[in-house]
Amino acid sequence: MKLFINGEEMIVPDDVTNVEELLDYFKLNNKAGIVERNQVIVDRSLHAEEAVTNEDRIEIVHFVGGG
Amino acid sequence: MKERYSRQILFSPIGENGQRKLSEKHVLLIGAGALGTSNAEMLARAGVGKITVVDRDYVEWSNLQRQQLFTERDAVERIPKAVAAADQLREINSEINISGKIMDVSIHEIEELVEGVDIMIDATDNFETRLLLNDASQKYQVPWVYGACTGSYGLSYTVVPGQTPCFSCLLGSVPMGGETCDTVGIISPAVQIVAAYQTTEALKLLVEDYKSLRRNLFYFDIWKNQQSTIKVEKLKKDDCPSCGQACTYPHLDPVNLSRTAVLCGRDTVQIRPANKGKRNLDELFDRLQAIEGGKVEGNSFLVNLTIEGRRLVAFQDGRVLIHDTKDISEAKTLYNRYIGG
Ligand SMILES: [Zn+2]
Repeated sequence: MKLFINGEEMIVPDDVTNVEELLDYFKLNNKAGIVERNQVIVDRSLHAEEAVTNEDRIEIVHFVGGG
Repeated sequence: MKERYSRQILFSPIGENGQRKLSEKHVLLIGAGALGTSNAEMLARAGVGKITVVDRDYVEWSNLQRQQLFTERDAVERIPKAVAAADQLREINSEINISGKIMDVSIHEIEELVEGVDIMIDATDNFETRLLLNDASQKYQVPWVYGACTGSYGLSYTVVPGQTPCFSCLLGSVPMGGETCDTVGIISPAVQIVAAYQTTEALKLLVEDYKSLRRNLFYFDIWKNQQSTIKVEKLKKDDCPSCGQACTYPHLDPVNLSRTAVLCGRDTVQIRPANKGKRNLDELFDRLQAIEGGKVEGNSFLVNLTIEGRRLVAFQDGRVLIHDTKDISEAKTLYNRYIGG
């Protein structure tokens, strides 16, 4: 499946079907963050229900502490 | 004065009027690390009337790669960052009022510091202080600019009370996990990008050009050539404990205060004594010198004890840093054994 993640074209395995699995794939699931799918923010409690499909535009931003 | 700021006055969104406003404003910078020194230098050169820089730490060699106001001499002499930064800022601009405070910012401190301040800039290295800043911002209606970075990644967001979602709204209730410690290092240009966004937002706020504020969450990875923004206004929560209808400012409640903290990526534990009061460093120095197997050094701001393969640094404000460990209970043991109180 082809996704545009943070503006960059990426191929992810087809067994990634929803936002939660996508975050798992990028090992970001335990990080505080915000996910936007096709310009709509996905509520954190709905990550497992929000499907990702071919050519979706996904923004993943996670908060960090350093400074 | 005109000559000094001429190029900035030529920039029409600032102009003569904006320059006058800058000279009347007070910026509070929490943290004098990489983001803090970069923001502070830009704001001092821009002619902000009063700048207060607060930091709990002292200069070390590992800081020099990116913390732009510090020199090798500051690292050798272990000068507190707030002092070294303020001295350097005064060299850069003697026409403005600069205050450096050696202080670990907690509830009591932020409530005092925020008074009379126009905006706050986040240059801290941990979420606990940011949430404190966020609550103080809401309670006293002072905008603040979030900024953070690790590796080649960074992000920034401006919180305007009553207008934007607050930082708690954005974070949600997700636990922070290991996110406070940067174990992945940091490159200087990532710092400079975050600082550039923070200072620019600060300038807009200070010249009161509110319509030009960014209003979304900006992030980038400069090594991976990525950058983007997310519109976050929908994340504003009516029941947010920090900015909602019935807000309680939970992070300004002493019940939620922690007395120990593992410092960011540093193998260091900080302990704040429960009874706040000035520590007599001369007395401590003499007492520690009598201990066998230890090496004691000091300057007018701190006392440094090397013992048992660990290093303990005691500050005048009562805090002690225990280096070379992340183990809070070991740190407490060492604290009680050698420092006490
Ligand atoms: Zn909020």
